[in-house]
Amino acid sequence: MTILDNPPPADTDESSIDEPVGKAGDKVFFGLSFGAAALIMVTLAAVAIFLVLEGLPAFTGDTSELDGDGSFLSYVGPLVFGTIYISAIALLLATPVAIAVALYVSHYAPRKLATTLGSFIDLLAAIPSVVYGLWGITVLAPVMARSVFPWLRDNLGFIPLFGSDVPIAQSGRSTLTVGVVLAVMILPIITAISREVFVQTPRLHEEASLALGATRWEMIRQAVIPYGRSGVISGAMLGLGRALGETMAVAIILSPAKGYFWDVLTAQNSNSIAANIALQFPESSGLEVNRLIATGLVLFVITFGVNVIARRIASAGFSGADG
Amino acid sequence: MSIVETPLPDLDHDETTDGSMTSGSLAGAPMMGIFAGAVVLGALSWLPFGGVNWARWVIVTLLAYIIGTLIISRIVESPRQATDRFATAIMTSAFLLVLLPLVSVVWTVVERGANRFDWAFYTETMRGVIGEGGGGYHAIVGTLIVTSLTAVFAIPFGLFTAIYLVEYAHGSRFSKTVTGLVDVMTGIPSIVAGLFAYALFVLIDGPGHRSGLAGAVALTLLMTPVVIRTSEEMLRLVPNELREASYALGVPRWKTIVKVVLPTAIAGILTGIVLATARVIGETAPLLVTIGITADLNKNPLSGRMATLPVFSYNSYKFPTLPPEASIDRAWTAALTLVLIVMILSATARILSFILKPKGLR
Repeated sequence: MTILDNPPPADTDESSIDEPVGKAGDKVFFGLSFGAAALIMVTLAAVAIFLVLEGLPAFTGDTSELDGDGSFLSYVGPLVFGTIYISAIALLLATPVAIAVALYVSHYAPRKLATTLGSFIDLLAAIPSVVYGLWGITVLAPVMARSVFPWLRDNLGFIPLFGSDVPIAQSGRSTLTVGVVLAVMILPIITAISREVFVQTPRLHEEASLALGATRWEMIRQAVIPYGRSGVISGAMLGLGRALGETMAVAIILSPAKGYFWDVLTAQNSNSIAANIALQFPESSGLEVNRLIATGLVLFVITFGVNVIARRIASAGFSGADG
Repeated sequence: MSIVETPLPDLDHDETTDGSMTSGSLAGAPMMGIFAGAVVLGALSWLPFGGVNWARWVIVTLLAYIIGTLIISRIVESPRQATDRFATAIMTSAFLLVLLPLVSVVWTVVERGANRFDWAFYTETMRGVIGEGGGGYHAIVGTLIVTSLTAVFAIPFGLFTAIYLVEYAHGSRFSKTVTGLVDVMTGIPSIVAGLFAYALFVLIDGPGHRSGLAGAVALTLLMTPVVIRTSEEMLRLVPNELREASYALGVPRWKTIVKVVLPTAIAGILTGIVLATARVIGETAPLLVTIGITADLNKNPLSGRMATLPVFSYNSYKFPTLPPEASIDRAWTAALTLVLIVMILSATARILSFILKPKGLR
């Protein structure tokens, strides 16, 4: 704030004729920019305060008017589980593919095509989530139910994730389908960030590796991946943050039930916090609304934590080959 | 990277079974041969069953290609070359794999949306419509109103914050805090933004509040950090010499910003703003909790429910009226309209960034 270092004498404010041109303009302009920046703080404080104010009655109010035993923990528990479970599946599916795609665009695709191919991937990010939801339930879910689910149940049924007594969802509206759709949705984020760091790999590292007789893949393993590791991890965390908060695709596709469910192929699935809010909110009133807002606060805290970790990893930066 | 194409001297002595200095190479025609073989194998996987099964064809072809390359290259070339070719095949297939959902989504939206892509959809509301007919005119108007309001709030808010961060704050603690908070803001889930706006307006207006303004406040929360990020980046790209030259001529700071810095960065800033708009225009969840949905046209953002395209699409799909096909068709056409708007905005951003670039850089 160097402009404040030399505050003009207060009395010159009145005698504007003697002032250099634009002094008043400077003040107004500085005031506007400073005010906007300060408003950011106010806004975030307001977000926290209003959510707490409107969420609090869920704990302090007369909880007997709520369904179940009225305990907030038993309400939010399965939702937290569902949120994290679905996002983790999406992350597991998306990250390896995203890294491969980022490497393809940065190191395999013809130079001239690379930007065009990259923008194809960015197009995936531009599609609204409600469209993904409609696509997921109309196109993907039937395919999953017809060919993927039975195969997984028959061949990998010994893994608890795929084998349980509950029959597979004929509609395909299960955790795995939602996980695949969310994976498609967060893939562009992870790809974009990974691509950015892969491209920045020092040319000398790459050429040194190639000069020693490494094949392209060996060069990537020796030079590109160590350099880009922290970038990839922070990209994945940002993608996770997006997946945790994703609402519409989950709300449209998932067939939810109350409780904790590990099996990803059935029609009984733990719902996510965001989708639960979207589904319940329009029909809720009174304390139910407060409880939903309180779950929203929980979601905010979770995503906040994930994003903080992501930034921390990102700012730790390159600690690979030169270390 | 032509260096990789050159057959490398084989360093592992035990692999050179033919006794020559270099092993054979698969570059060029042999690789095409393997690919052709894989395509044929893929075709064979569905031919006996009759009828073209595209998915099976693609999957079997890719698998056959990857495994075939690995084995043949291992025999003809060297294990290291084989791994390299294997990696190349994996990367390429990953890219093709990702194009699959993109193509499928776009194709589905266009195909299903075409059913109601007619004049009525863009001129009629859902007022009094039960079953077939009706349209999304009220939702389009609602989306335009809410998005414009959002832009009016978020653009000055974001732009001035960015100007503060780049032009006024020189690493002060306050600016570092603000930067950190912008990061936090970027990570706010959209539904939480909606709940915040709802909580805010409930305290002012009482429970059950629904209005376009509340929706715009929620979207502002989502759009502002994007505007700040892109504008900040663009302002930082403006060379300091330009500012110094302006100061040296006695131009006050604010005029330097308005007349020198902003015009230099305007291409990137506008592109960022348009892309930020495209991002919030498809947001559904925050609007669902703040604006709700209505069948009628409501042009007043200050009171009452409004229809918006994403919520209209969601609602028509989730709670169809009889016959359900008519509702679902409307949902898809609303989705198609939304995708078209987003695509048009993205294209506009590209054109803007080209037109507004300073002449030397074009």
